[in-house]
Amino acid sequence: MIEKMMGNYIITMPDIGEGIAEVEIVEWNIEVGATIEEDDLLCTVMTDKAAVEIPSPVDGKVTWIGAAVGDFLAVGSDFIRLQVAGEGNADGDSKIESSEAEITTPIKTKVDKVAISADDRAEESEPATAKQAKSISNSANTTSKARPPASMFGAPRPEGEKAIASPAVRQRARNAGVNLNYVRGSGPSNRITHEDLDDFIKGNTAAIPGGPLINTSVKEIKVMGLRRRIAAIMQDTMQRIPHFTYVEEVDVTELESLRAKLNLRRRDDQPKLTMLPFFIKGLVKSLKAYPQMGSHFDDENEVVYQYGGAHIGIATQTPNGLVVPVVKHAEALDIWQCAEEVKRLSEAARNGKSAREELTGSSITISSLGPMGGIATTPVINSPEVAIIGVNKIAKRPVWIDAAFVPRDIMNLSSSFDHRIIDGWEATQFIHHLKDFLESPASLFIEE
Amino acid sequence: MKSISCKVLVVGAGPGGYVAAIRAGQLGLDTVIVEADRVGGTCLIRGCIPSKALIHAATRYEELCAHANKEKLGISLGSKPELKFTKTIAWKDSVVDKLNGGVEALLEKAGVHIIEGWANFSDAKTCTVETADGALSIKAEHVILANGSSATELPNIPYGKNVISSTEALQLDEVPESLAIIGAGYIGLELGIAYRKLAAKVTFVEGIDRILPLYDKEITRPIEMWLKKHDTQVIFQARAQSVTEVNGKPVLIYTDKNGEEQQLPADKVLVTVGRRPNTLGWGLEKMCIDMNGPFIKVDDQNRTAMKNVWAIGDLVGEPMLAHKASAQGEMVAEIIAGHRRAFDPVAIPAVCFTEPEIVGVGLTPGEAQAQGYETLVGKFPFAAIGKALTMEAGSDGGFVRVTARKDNQVILGIHAVGAHAAELSGEFALALEMGARLDDLAHTIHVHPTLSEATMEASMSALGKAIHIGI
Repeated sequence: MIEKMMGNYIITMPDIGEGIAEVEIVEWNIEVGATIEEDDLLCTVMTDKAAVEIPSPVDGKVTWIGAAVGDFLAVGSDFIRLQVAGEGNADGDSKIESSEAEITTPIKTKVDKVAISADDRAEESEPATAKQAKSISNSANTTSKARPPASMFGAPRPEGEKAIASPAVRQRARNAGVNLNYVRGSGPSNRITHEDLDDFIKGNTAAIPGGPLINTSVKEIKVMGLRRRIAAIMQDTMQRIPHFTYVEEVDVTELESLRAKLNLRRRDDQPKLTMLPFFIKGLVKSLKAYPQMGSHFDDENEVVYQYGGAHIGIATQTPNGLVVPVVKHAEALDIWQCAEEVKRLSEAARNGKSAREELTGSSITISSLGPMGGIATTPVINSPEVAIIGVNKIAKRPVWIDAAFVPRDIMNLSSSFDHRIIDGWEATQFIHHLKDFLESPASLFIEE
Repeated sequence: MKSISCKVLVVGAGPGGYVAAIRAGQLGLDTVIVEADRVGGTCLIRGCIPSKALIHAATRYEELCAHANKEKLGISLGSKPELKFTKTIAWKDSVVDKLNGGVEALLEKAGVHIIEGWANFSDAKTCTVETADGALSIKAEHVILANGSSATELPNIPYGKNVISSTEALQLDEVPESLAIIGAGYIGLELGIAYRKLAAKVTFVEGIDRILPLYDKEITRPIEMWLKKHDTQVIFQARAQSVTEVNGKPVLIYTDKNGEEQQLPADKVLVTVGRRPNTLGWGLEKMCIDMNGPFIKVDDQNRTAMKNVWAIGDLVGEPMLAHKASAQGEMVAEIIAGHRRAFDPVAIPAVCFTEPEIVGVGLTPGEAQAQGYETLVGKFPFAAIGKALTMEAGSDGGFVRVTARKDNQVILGIHAVGAHAAELSGEFALALEMGARLDDLAHTIHVHPTLSEATMEASMSALGKAIHIGI
């Protein structure tokens, strides 16, 4: 084979717009030595809101990767080097070395790790943690001495794990009517030998005790990407904002019957109505009377920005964690449009396809857990907003009306407020206003 | 109508059925096997065996061509080798005939009564066979269903003179100048690569965005490279729509990934879009048997929902592989004879006789991680194996890859790609069945020089101590 002329090609972190200067690598799709083609996915990066996939600009073979998952990279910095056919865009190694020094110093916070491992066979791998583990497992051994000797029982097998045994041993066990899951394995990794089976059949060894096992595993999970962002924001929010939570119950019997009726009569092109669009409409109305509830508090400059529009954040659980897509200008949407928008935004969020602007700019947030919603919650304010409405589950409860108990659909609203800006009295009035609308749902649709 | 009764009735004499019948016969059970075609089944008559013969001949031809009018390894031929394809096919048929005769002899030796014809069931234990000597009714105590599978036909592209299945692709009179293949799975690729070696212009039209979706990309990469190097295009994300005829030659019409209609003229269009279990046309619906999607539902002893009716092989699900059918057939015969058996393999090995070959046993690293295992993965290239270089098998990008559990080093899967790699499958499967750990493979002395050294080195590499590789 004739060696073609090969060159080096350096890929820099592309500018992904939005004025973002730094991104976090959350997933690598390539490894050193891989051959990739143009447009193959290189990695996924996280901006402060959305995940973005970075494709390869050229064909080539990966020779160097300059960041690990969890590292932050500046836009424009070198992060992948390829060997490509032809000349490439970099000459020699000189450029790489200088940039390597820059990139391989990511911001890292070391968390003290506790490695507890009962498996003494952890040799060879990672000597540093192994030492740590040994000292701990030694102490574990002393406690386990109280148990019968291993030759009697052998190590219990984790639930659902198949016993390791050769086909011949498996067949002999089947002939003898022995379930290998109860047979002690003396071989490496507790492999069951013919002798182990003999011993078991003769009654020299007892069956491995069934039932629950002690689980000594500790899984180390790096907090990164969206989780890291949520953690930072929550910590900051709870430290800065003095929350108070107010819980009120709302009779949604009429709202539920209206919703059922509308769903029954909706056209095929109209989305199914959940409770959320009604809450949004109720909030729009209530914010008109209490505009301070739809504000941002810039506590550094001590300014409150009160928004005319109602931008309703909808707290949404996704596989990666909590995000808050925003229904913008809900005051200009009818109930169907609200429903459509909620559906579109939450689907996009769950699929990780939300645009950045869809995840910013809310002025008040609704947090609803649907049928699982508990009886009361203490929602955390979506900073820098000043209020959040938590929606609890709807339950049939007996309510004393006129002279009898009547079954009614009762739902609690648990709402938190920033006490620096909002006082208890205002909060109470605001929630009562909202409650009035929700209890007489026709009023949601009447112009004032 | 004549009628007979027997202890065991086997339907279909493929690698599942004939093995079941032979074993049943050996165990002294009064056994009848019914087969409409020749004994041997898809595997022997129109699948594994004839295709491997064709692949062998094609490879030989390609190798000889490499010496024509030029020197290679110091060997040159004065002229291009001449291919008489009808004779190649005749040779392939002779191999099939020999094996077919062998199976017949084995059945007879085991005392199995072979009946030629199509079994049609009227209830779970009774069938009628139209034989050359008239109708015959068979009543059995046990029925083993081994009816196999057939190539799936595309409703919009029916088989015909120019549109063929893998069966016809093994019976052509001449090498087509150009061959369009719908589906880049293992059957399409094996045949397509063979015809490419026989100098046909081959183009694949594949529905998804990759070849051989059952394997990971790392493993299929060397095949992609071979196709690229041999000017064989795979059109991805394309949907075959229809085949029309222009001047007596077929033109395959497909829509490309942008939804635009494209035309692909070829001498033959080969459809290899998978296989379907043969569940129609023999009275299955009268047997009161539960189904599992398109397959017959069975338990881990291959029992169906009907007492003493058993089903094995392609009828009961993926993988549709001859060796799985045989293993199930042998087992069912023993269970009927009163032995305690169950179908509980750790892994069912699979091989693609592509260029280069792929062998896969157990889990890929991706599958292992998806099942929640932390893994150790070791890889060793054939380019660093002396024997591979001496066989010109070191430059196809091939390697052995071992995947093991990180906590106890028990091997979860072994995969390889490379020339002649299929022959390594035995050790791979044995390692998994025996519950081998990385050490077991690493500390087993492997013969030098052989390709199997790569298995040992890959295991050592997973342990972080491969010898024959630079970093």
